[in-house]
Parts: sequence; C-alpha cells; structure tokens
Amino acid sequence: MVERNPVLTIVTHVVLAIGIAIVAFPLYITFVASTLTMEQVLEVPMRLLPGDQFWANYSQVLGAGSTRGSAAPVAPMMVNSLIMALVIAVGKIAISIISAFAIVYFRFPLRSFFFWMIFVTLMLPVEVRIIPTFKVVSDLGMLDSYAGLTLPLIASATATFLFRQFFMTVPDELVEAARIDGAGPMRFFIDVLLPLSATSIAALFVIQFIYGWNQYLWPLLITNDESMYTAVIGIKRMIVGGDALTEWHLVMATAMLAMLPPALVVLLMQKWFVKGLVDTEK
Amino acid sequence: MEKRVAFRSSWLPYLLVAPQIAITLIFFFWPAGQALWYAFLRQDAFGSSVEFAGFDNFRDLLADSAYLASFQVTAVFSVLVAGGGIVIALLLAVMADRVIRGALAYRTLLIWPYAVAPAVAGVLWGFLFAPSIGILSYVMKHMGIDWNWVLNGNQAMTLVVIASIWKQISYNFLFFLAGLQSIPRSLIEAAAIDGARPFRRFWTIVFPLLSPTTFFLLVVNIVYAFFDTFGVIDSTTQGGPSGATQILVYKVFEDGVKSADLGGSSAQSAILMLIVITLTVVQFRFVERKVNY
Repeated sequence: MVERNPVLTIVTHVVLAIGIAIVAFPLYITFVASTLTMEQVLEVPMRLLPGDQFWANYSQVLGAGSTRGSAAPVAPMMVNSLIMALVIAVGKIAISIISAFAIVYFRFPLRSFFFWMIFVTLMLPVEVRIIPTFKVVSDLGMLDSYAGLTLPLIASATATFLFRQFFMTVPDELVEAARIDGAGPMRFFIDVLLPLSATSIAALFVIQFIYGWNQYLWPLLITNDESMYTAVIGIKRMIVGGDALTEWHLVMATAMLAMLPPALVVLLMQKWFVKGLVDTEK
Repeated sequence: MEKRVAFRSSWLPYLLVAPQIAITLIFFFWPAGQALWYAFLRQDAFGSSVEFAGFDNFRDLLADSAYLASFQVTAVFSVLVAGGGIVIALLLAVMADRVIRGALAYRTLLIWPYAVAPAVAGVLWGFLFAPSIGILSYVMKHMGIDWNWVLNGNQAMTLVVIASIWKQISYNFLFFLAGLQSIPRSLIEAAAIDGARPFRRFWTIVFPLLSPTTFFLLVVNIVYAFFDTFGVIDSTTQGGPSGATQILVYKVFEDGVKSADLGGSSAQSAILMLIVITLTVVQFRFVERKVNY
C-alpha cells in the first residue's frame, strides 16, 4: 500500500469479507443440509445450524446410496472418480512430457507437422465433438470401461505446451555439458530434464487432477453401468425431480464428498497450483 | 523459437511423440472428421437410410427459430457470465492486492470454488434457489419477489448465470492477482508522489497495465460459458423453461443424444467448432502482440 488511508482499508476488508461470504455461503448450506434429516431439510426456512445426522447420512450414501433416486453406493463412485482423475493426470503428463522433449530437443522431418497436430486439439473441447467421439469409443468397445472414461480426455495439448515452454527456458549449456560427458538423449532427459521439471509436473498434476475429477458430460454419456459411475454423476442420478421428492440431505452429503478430494488437492498444493495455472495459460 | 543444440536420432523422436499422436488421431481427428462428415448427411426418421445432403442441414438450422433463439441465449449468457465474473474478480483481486497482512489467507478462502465441478455448482445453487424449499427463494418471497425458475425463463437464466460466475470467480481472481503483483511498485509510488489518488491510479495505471490479462480472461471466460457450463445447465434447468437457458452446446447434446438427429447435431458441432477456432485465433493474434499500451 502506498499511503495510509483508514477508510480505504476498511472498505478493502469489507469487500473481501463479502466476497468470501458469497463464495462460502453455498458450501456452508450444503454442509448444513448434509447433516439434517429429510424432514428438516424440507422445512421452510431450513435451519442454518448443522444437525446431528452427519454419520447417518454420510454412511448411508457411502454404503447404500439414496432410496428414491439411484441406489448405487457412493464409495465405489469415489474410487472411480479417483482412478479417472489419476489416470488422466498421470497419462497426460507422461505422454506430453516425452512429446514436448522430442519436439524441443530433436530436429526431424515432420516435427512442425506433429506440433501443429497437437496444437489444434487446444481449439476443440470435448463438448463440441461429443457425439462422434462417443461413436468412436463405442465402436472400439470401450463403453463402461476405464479406458473409455480416460483415454479420450488424455488427448489434449495444454500439458505439451507447458512443457515445451519450460524446456525452451532450460539453458543450452546443460545439453552441451551432457553431450561432452557422453550422455545420450534419454540419459539427459532422465537425469537433467525430469528433475528440473518437478515443479511444472506438480502444478500440472493439480490442474489435471481437478479437470479429471470434475468431468461431467463425458462420463454421463459413456457410463450406463452403475458400477462405473463417478461421484459427480452419482449426484445427478440421485436427483429425481421435484423439490420435495429429492432426498436433498443425501444429495448434499454426496456433493460434499465429491468436492472434498479436489478441494484438498487445491488447498494442500496451493503454491504449485497457482503457479501452474498462471503459467499454463500464458 | 528454436534450440541452438539438438540431439540426433533417426527413430527416437518418432517413438517419443507416438503415444500422443496416436491418442490425438484416434480420439480427436477421427471423431472431429466424422462430425464434419455427418454434418453433410441426412438420416430418415427411422435411421435406416443415410444420404448425402450437402448444405441442407446448415440451411435447415439457420431457418430453425429454436436454433436462432439458442444463439441469442448463448450470447446473452456468455456476456453475463464473462462480464460479471471478470468485474467481480477484478474488484476482489484489487482489494486483496491492497492487503498486506492476511493476503494468503484471503487467497486461500477465495480459491475454493475452483475445485467444485460445474455440475456440483449447479446442484448447490439449484438447491439454494429451489422454488419451494430453497433458502434464498424463501428470502426472496419475503422481499415480494415471486421466485420460480422452473417456470420463469429470466429467473432460470439468472440462476445459471450466478452458478456459473460463482464457479469461475476463483480462476479469474488468481489471474488478476498475479497480474496485479507483477506491476512494478515504483510506477504506483511515482503516481502517488505526483498526487494521484487511489482511484485515479487504478484507472490510469493499473487498469491499462492489466489489459492483457483482462483480454485473456475475456476469451477464456467466453469459452467457459460456451462449453464448460454444460454441467451447470444440465444439473439445474436442463435448457428450460422452453429453451430459455438452452445454450448452443446443450442443444448439440439434446438434438444428438436425446433426439438422435445426427446430421443436425453434427452441423451444430461444425458451427461451434468454427466459433471456437475464431476465438482461439483472435486470442493468439492478440497474445502474440502481447501488450497494447
């Protein structure tokens, strides 16, 4: 702050407090609703303090699912979401880092052709080509499988771009030194480039984990089998339509569970996440 | 940008790019090509015969009032989501940038919604605004507003806009905060010494210096409003009431999956692709030039 201005300082904190209140309010109400009985949720107005049904609601959704909507338990869905998020994050990072390495550190025919091929995937989100992608996956017999859930989402250029940008900043002297010492390309990659990329990898992991965990349209289309649902889909399947028919206390407990892992990843890895987000997109 | 030194190998680079190229070909180029091809085909009502239809699908679309309405809905929706999200996030970021103590705490409390899936954000706000039991609906009824987004199109739009902005605030906030922190303090101090008050400093120094960030966020937010908000809409209004919140990508899904109109839906996909490509090109053109002051 350049000068002292008590009025502005107060305004600053008030605005931030309002901002945080707006951000936190829906999350708080969700938590409260997830600790009430169904009757309490349906009371108008709903009470604003947590009730005593925390264990009852959470153990019911984790083990048994809802009674009126989908009766699939949420625990396996959490496992599915976790597998999906991990495979997408790790898969993207793995294939991107090696292709970025090839594109930056080798000169070969077709290099810029490959680069542009990867580049154009930036332009088309899955949502745009959803139906033909669905057909391709179904032709390959990958409906209701982890491969079908994850592989189509691994095709993306963001990670390749980030690594390419990062590799461009690595001093050329390192390559020269490695070559003088007689190291081949893979030795250089494993012993020099990978350790240097640790921060970028961590940052990308956070972003891609959240991307994978929060997928909605794609798992909605290709999973028919309840055992393949992800947590986000599970919420949707519990809502049966009609305010008073849906078991909101269970829906909200599931929503809390579905938000928890990505929120933890964001909070625990905040430093890398912020760095990675700002770097990836620029 | 080229590296001065490079490795030489006749086969290794191909092996290294192979996995990504394979996945890109199978799950990107193949379906994208099919989408373009289907856009020119027409199926009969029973799906038994398919014939080449030229530009008929596109002609039908542009004559379809529901499709044109969906365009309008998308335009209104994305302007509200992008504009609202950017203004609110900028305000919060400018405030957070002023705070010396507790800045990290504020940031931590404000980045939460980034972790929330759009579909979950929709469920949360749909519950708060649920016509008969929602806590905010209750407040609004007491204020004399007859709130029912299930029946009222404008209210349905308000709901999906609020949920979409809420989900995106953290993202915009982080970028603005990073942008603000990269502005040299000396510039602002010099202006202060010259007697510029905080508001004047904001409009004449900070805001122009932030313009690359703002423009970048504008494009990202429009793309977000076009596509990522699918989850918000599907978990709340499902495009209703009577198409009031049916954005383009939702209509692609409705026509393609629910009504199984492959040709029409693919033609819509093709038009959407064109829009995204235009947006991306505009963005890259601009980012190449970097700065505009």
